[in-house]
Amino acid sequence: METSRRSFLKAGGLCTLGLASLPAADALAQAALPKVMANPTALVGKKWGMVIDMKKCWEKGKEGCKDCVNACHVTHNVPDIGNVKEEIKWIWQDEYEHAFPGQATHYNEEFIHGKKFILLCNHCTNPPCVRVCPTKATFKRKEDGIVMMDFHRCIGCRFCMAGCPYASRSFNFKEPRPFIKTELNQTFPTRERGVVEKCSFCEERLAKGQIPACVEACKPGALVFGDLEDPKSEVRKLLASHYTIQRKLELGTGPNIFYIV
Amino acid sequence: MLERAFSGSDKYYRWMTALLVLMGLGFATYLYQYNQGLTITGMSRDVSWGFYIAQFTFLVGVAASAVMVVLPYYLHNVKVFGRITILGEFLAVAAVTMCLLFIVVDLGKPMRLLNVIIYPTPNSILFWDMIVLNGYLFLNILVGWNVLESERKGVHYPDWVKPLIYTSIPWAVSIHTVTAFLYAGLPGRHYWLTAIMAARFLASAFASGPALLILLAFILRRNTKFDPGRQAIDNLSQIVTYAMLISVFFVGLEFFTAFYSQIPGHMHALQYLFFGLEGHGKLIPFMWTFAILAVVALVLLINPKTRKDDKTLQIACVCVFVSMWLEKGLGLVVAGFIPNPLEQVREYAPTVPELMISLGIWATGFFVLSVLYKMAISVKEEAAS
Repeated sequence: METSRRSFLKAGGLCTLGLASLPAADALAQAALPKVMANPTALVGKKWGMVIDMKKCWEKGKEGCKDCVNACHVTHNVPDIGNVKEEIKWIWQDEYEHAFPGQATHYNEEFIHGKKFILLCNHCTNPPCVRVCPTKATFKRKEDGIVMMDFHRCIGCRFCMAGCPYASRSFNFKEPRPFIKTELNQTFPTRERGVVEKCSFCEERLAKGQIPACVEACKPGALVFGDLEDPKSEVRKLLASHYTIQRKLELGTGPNIFYIV
Repeated sequence: MLERAFSGSDKYYRWMTALLVLMGLGFATYLYQYNQGLTITGMSRDVSWGFYIAQFTFLVGVAASAVMVVLPYYLHNVKVFGRITILGEFLAVAAVTMCLLFIVVDLGKPMRLLNVIIYPTPNSILFWDMIVLNGYLFLNILVGWNVLESERKGVHYPDWVKPLIYTSIPWAVSIHTVTAFLYAGLPGRHYWLTAIMAARFLASAFASGPALLILLAFILRRNTKFDPGRQAIDNLSQIVTYAMLISVFFVGLEFFTAFYSQIPGHMHALQYLFFGLEGHGKLIPFMWTFAILAVVALVLLINPKTRKDDKTLQIACVCVFVSMWLEKGLGLVVAGFIPNPLEQVREYAPTVPELMISLGIWATGFFVLSVLYKMAISVKEEAAS
């Protein structure tokens, strides 16, 4: 059969159009996805948040306590890379002047000196990381406001790391699996090199009716997790009765981690 | 037309072979990175973009600058640009090619690149950058190729090319504006959070791009029968002069806002770049080189005598290109991450493999450029004889 260049190009153009309509077809097809019943014991909330009582942590916690960090990192197979440059952390500790830059003055140094704050993803109400992600690999769950990651969709562009004003995101610069030094948690995925990861507010535990691992691990009960939209929740009671601060509130991100100092 | 790129002088072959060797070395190094991950670069969780993204940003500017010859020629009928318009368009093709390669080598998961198209996300500036860059690449290939082919046949280019030419003008502005928006819209990155970011990008682009074009025109004049024309070079050098003045002015504006307001976050990055911050200052020598080269370039460009002299003009153009490369292709991206959001100073320096891959991409760009220029010059030489 003789094919002219013109008709070949026409057919090629049509094929390209067909390919381009794929995402549209996908979007339509999603409406027909089967519905799955949620676990009846799952914890449900409209907007998860956390209040961290630093006073309790410092006064009642033992010196150099890292229970929350260890619990989280064991639960989520977080590798221990061993250098600052490529460090992976979901929850960590840092000093006041780093947790709240621009707030420290040398007059309050004595009171706050050497005290470590607990830092993690703020699960922002208006998260910049979600806004900048080009593939929706990081997204905000509509039902409860958790900012989540799809490790299989992330292309590793690290735009979210530039976007996050809290340094809450870590990138797997090298293969992370050999660096998981704790016993492997078989119920949670490990990651590959080349993707970004961060705290997920233990969405996998909430789905089974468990509170986040860090909260569970904190013996003095300094970490309190709950629904910010529920006026009867413990977090709301704490917020009503204490003066709290949030990190970089002025940026309009709406951080949902509150600190009692 | 492409066959003209396969025949040439010994010098041309030696040049192309050298580029191929560099491309091969760069590719081999990339395979190493592909195998090991981005750990082989100097990037960290604090400075999460480095040399690759900085090169990308700078080269978007070089690509956008093609509009500085296209616009006067097609909109204002500046006939003297007729001979070099094609050079501008083909320079844009080579520059965008390098941009796209720099993006790809920077990805942690390059095999998932198409996720950007499979899951289109209009709220991400990176999504729009993908659209404008690819669009600009195709526009310039289509326009450049068709106009050149018509020249070879001795006819006027087909009518349907005209709307594409007009589209390419605002499109050139869009690629650099969108690239600036990658940075200018991020909360908590004070150095980037400036409303004049896109304006700064465009100004520095219109200085560095035409400066490179002037240098390329001189190289072509020395090695081929092609003559860009005295007037074209003159006009281009005026564009470079104005754009360079505006660029330096804009950098001055940043300094004023930061240091007169005395807001620490706004001063930090500039302090780090030019004076050092908390004892860290790896980039200080580079940034002062930028400042000195910028002043030298301006002195040589503003003085009409030195601007019209071939030799001093070439020195000025080298100064413009190198200084803008230092400011944008090195300082701007890296300093945006320093200090980090926790106000700790964690420095960055590219590693040898990182530089090898970058060199390979630059070689690829110059390879593409050489093929396209060889083709264009051969056609023009044939048409002239």
